[in-house]
Amino acid sequence: MKKNIDVDYIANLARIKLEKKESSDFSSQLGDIISFVEKLNKVDTKDTPPTTHPLPLMNVFREDKVKESLPAEKALSNAPDKKYSFFKVPKVIEEA
Amino acid sequence: MREERYEAVMGLEVHVQLSTKSKIFCGCSTKFGAEANTKTCPVCLGLPGALPVLNREVLHRAIKVGLALDCRTAKMMKFDRKNYFYPDLPKDFQISQYDLPLAANGRLGILTDGKERTVRIKRVHLEEDAGKLIHMEDEDASLVDFNRTGMPLLEIVSEPDISSPEEAYDYLTQLKTILKYLEVSDCNMEEGSLRCDANISIRPKGQVELGVKTELKNMNTFKGVKNALQYEIKRQGEVLDEGGTIKQETRLWDEAKGRTSPMRTKEEAFDYRYFPEPDLVPFIIDKELVESIRKGLPELPRRRLERFIEDYKLPPAAASLLVNEKEVADYFEDAAGIYKKDAKVVANWITGDIQGELNKRSLSIKELGIKPNDLADMIKMIDEGSITGKIAKGLLADMVETKMNPRKIVESKGLLQIKDKGELDKILYEVIKANPKPVIDYKNGKVNVLTFLVGQVMKATKGKANPKMVNDLLRERMDKL
Amino acid sequence: MPEDFYRFTAHEIKRFISNDETTPVEVTASISDRIEEVNSRVNAIISFDRNDVKEELRRTKDKRAGKLFGIPVAVKDNICIEGRQVTCGSRILKGFRPPYDATVIEKLKKEGAILLGRANMDEFAFGSSCETSSYGPTNNPWDFDRIPGGSSGGSAAAVAAGEATMALGSDTGGSIRQPASLCGVVGLKPTYGRVSRYGLIAFASSLDQIGPITKDVRDCALLLNVIAGYDPKDSTSVDMKVPDYSKSLVNDVKGIKIGIPREYFIEGIDREVKESVINSVKLLERLGAKYEEVSLPHTEYAVGTYYIIAPAEASSNLARFDGVQYGLRKPGNLIDMYKNTRSVGFGSEVKRRIILGTYVLSSGYYDAYYLKALGVRTKIKEDFDKIFKDFDCIITPTAPTAAFKIGEKVDDPISMYLSDIFTIPANLAGIPGISIPCGFTKGDLPIGLQILAKPFNEETLLRVAYTFEKNSKLCGRRPNL
Repeated sequence: MKKNIDVDYIANLARIKLEKKESSDFSSQLGDIISFVEKLNKVDTKDTPPTTHPLPLMNVFREDKVKESLPAEKALSNAPDKKYSFFKVPKVIEEA
Repeated sequence: MREERYEAVMGLEVHVQLSTKSKIFCGCSTKFGAEANTKTCPVCLGLPGALPVLNREVLHRAIKVGLALDCRTAKMMKFDRKNYFYPDLPKDFQISQYDLPLAANGRLGILTDGKERTVRIKRVHLEEDAGKLIHMEDEDASLVDFNRTGMPLLEIVSEPDISSPEEAYDYLTQLKTILKYLEVSDCNMEEGSLRCDANISIRPKGQVELGVKTELKNMNTFKGVKNALQYEIKRQGEVLDEGGTIKQETRLWDEAKGRTSPMRTKEEAFDYRYFPEPDLVPFIIDKELVESIRKGLPELPRRRLERFIEDYKLPPAAASLLVNEKEVADYFEDAAGIYKKDAKVVANWITGDIQGELNKRSLSIKELGIKPNDLADMIKMIDEGSITGKIAKGLLADMVETKMNPRKIVESKGLLQIKDKGELDKILYEVIKANPKPVIDYKNGKVNVLTFLVGQVMKATKGKANPKMVNDLLRERMDKL
Repeated sequence: MPEDFYRFTAHEIKRFISNDETTPVEVTASISDRIEEVNSRVNAIISFDRNDVKEELRRTKDKRAGKLFGIPVAVKDNICIEGRQVTCGSRILKGFRPPYDATVIEKLKKEGAILLGRANMDEFAFGSSCETSSYGPTNNPWDFDRIPGGSSGGSAAAVAAGEATMALGSDTGGSIRQPASLCGVVGLKPTYGRVSRYGLIAFASSLDQIGPITKDVRDCALLLNVIAGYDPKDSTSVDMKVPDYSKSLVNDVKGIKIGIPREYFIEGIDREVKESVINSVKLLERLGAKYEEVSLPHTEYAVGTYYIIAPAEASSNLARFDGVQYGLRKPGNLIDMYKNTRSVGFGSEVKRRIILGTYVLSSGYYDAYYLKALGVRTKIKEDFDKIFKDFDCIITPTAPTAAFKIGEKVDDPISMYLSDIFTIPANLAGIPGISIPCGFTKGDLPIGLQILAKPFNEETLLRVAYTFEKNSKLCGRRPNL
């Protein structure tokens, strides 16, 4: 059974704008892919712990030591837009 | 009365910046106030390819806070990604903790209007801070500074156990006190190292289910939190009274206007797509670590309060004033250890005149510069009769100004009490001569003019005389007249 | 002395240099000439500048003792080199010059390698054909009408065509092994955690590994020796002693037990590929190895599992390409800037996978897809654990078919995804795998054989691969360009 996916909702979450054609193509292709991956339901994983990391590594730390930071010019060297030593972006609206 | 018809239910979310030397996942300094974008590196800038590694000290401090709040420390914790787009979030996800937080199920005792209450702590979790946005006034643009990005944050979430704005205020004060005792954070609201959001709903008294809650943000002081909650209770009550319904929303507190208003809503419901952070490994927190941290916990304010009342025989109110700030309590104990005669006298000086100086000058007790030893010396000088209590008050200000030992100041300024009767007699004579009318009044039985005459003598001696001695001498002289 | 150094392996060139028969200048000149001669047809190298070569020669002058002194290495376009553009084959990163070196790059620099030429790749490593790069497709040097495999297609084609002596690739679901197989070269994906990922622009963090692509097995060991090892900057790299891999280059497989998983020899696999692999196993048997059919019962679920986990992690990893800090920015208000930038900057396949990944993590679907896939991942891992209790290694075809035609599968994502069916399980399980040439089709296209071993057993891979290489007499065959 092919799933109907609300591609536009998902695209908005991912901050991607889709053209109409793209949206309908993706919707269909993603439906196929999702139907394809649904065969995983045949595997019983009720008592299987999830694997988020391929190796059982634990407790990796760094010590609390200060290291040299990048100079501001370097931090900003790739900025598409900047002012003083800030990155500049279109206005963020958060006031009431 | 509306207040009688509704009851409020509140919960607080406090973000505390831990004052480690370096950030949570990289070696950049956590120093506040640096020039924009000078405390960043590929990791906290979220540059492609850079990877996080957890600062061990951050975890230890967080465990400390969890223990101090009576939480259960997790045996295993992990980090998760909280995904959302925002320009102050360089990776467009925040490394946080979702379903396996560091600690949970704690509690914090508070005292409001003399009533003890317990606020349950739902969870304590670690996360990275975001950068800072500055909105330009002359242009449709915002500026981003990533220095704050990756600062270690501890989020402390209470259960909705708070029922009044006053309790909320006391909860925050008490929490701050504990954090200061633990020496894990500067707790400086102005610098943003302590931030608080609140959830609040109201319901008709007796109703079991909760009302619709709003989330309040943008409170910059504890008082602000209290005021915002007071405003919001009133606002929600008015809405319900008019037959309206409360909208679940985030509202921003406007300190200047004294009201909350809805934040411009984002266009979609929050769908953070949490999933385990694959770039960090899980953390097993073993018993030994927890126990060793527990052993290293300082005496917490609650316990200290009890001890101050018991050991130093202080009245509860004074003891409570002292323990509220760890530095002050430490100072008291140091001074009381030197001046062993009467701890209450030491406490009075600290909660009275010294606290006054602190408030007047907006200084911390360390910055004030009066060493516990100096305070003890000053009190001893009063006992010895070398100075009067009145002189002592002025002397305290001199000590703050000069940072000198009180004995030295007294010597150099000639403030020693006049104990020589002959010298005092001369002054009395002058005063009696200059005030014939009160003297006659006294002789006619108006005994209370004596106070006036004592005052004149004190004035003439610039306070260096002992009032009691003056009183006795005056009476003696005039009775002989 | 030869002048066509581009034909030689790194260990041969090393010998020439250490015998003073040639110099890095001559070697790089040969490779540079070769790039200029053939790259317009192969398009394996996307940025090449003779000035960079000069700079590299200057930088490595005093690195004579280095293990890779004077050896030209092509670096996949997703590994950061300080100050040099890195784009992941995407428009969105155009012009991005990272301010830092990946850990593997630090290591290559330390050993005197000449970093010349960026290798082409599928955009953000999402692909198996090297067709989705914004720099245009790479062509297979054996047949220009065919794909070189992907996503490290540029790295594999560059080594096959003599445009680099060796190359670094990255492997998330087969991106080193599959193109190595299709281009007739050697490619190794190390155990997850063996090589630092710091500075590798992440596709799927829990699957990605950097690895060598070389002309023969000896070079593979040489490059692995340089890049392997614990990195305190990568929490997922393993603090474990790294053996000297050159010691594994022994021509002996006596007593080696090989498992042949029946699930890898079923429908969809090309007859010539199957025969070639079976014959190869028989050769190893004649050389003293033993083989037996085994079962990895969850193999059929590997592709489905991968296409949930990899896009999910990718959707989050690629969120940071938002126009704020670096790379492309398209105008608009904040939300439109995000959307316009990402819509123009990303190609179709990237958008498809981001949306797929966002979907499986979104509210209401996490458990059904993502959590489910993590469970099946455990099952797949357990399949391998079981086999490796009794067997030293597993041998399979690297890819079900030899190189397919350019354009053949671009509109059919699922059939494209299935071309990684034999390589994906190793990434899900975190185990190491190598692809080596094992024959040619009638149409003269290379066929690759994959050897898998248990975690941190790269030595077994190299030993079996070396023995096979020495006895199969396939090594050294290069395409005529």
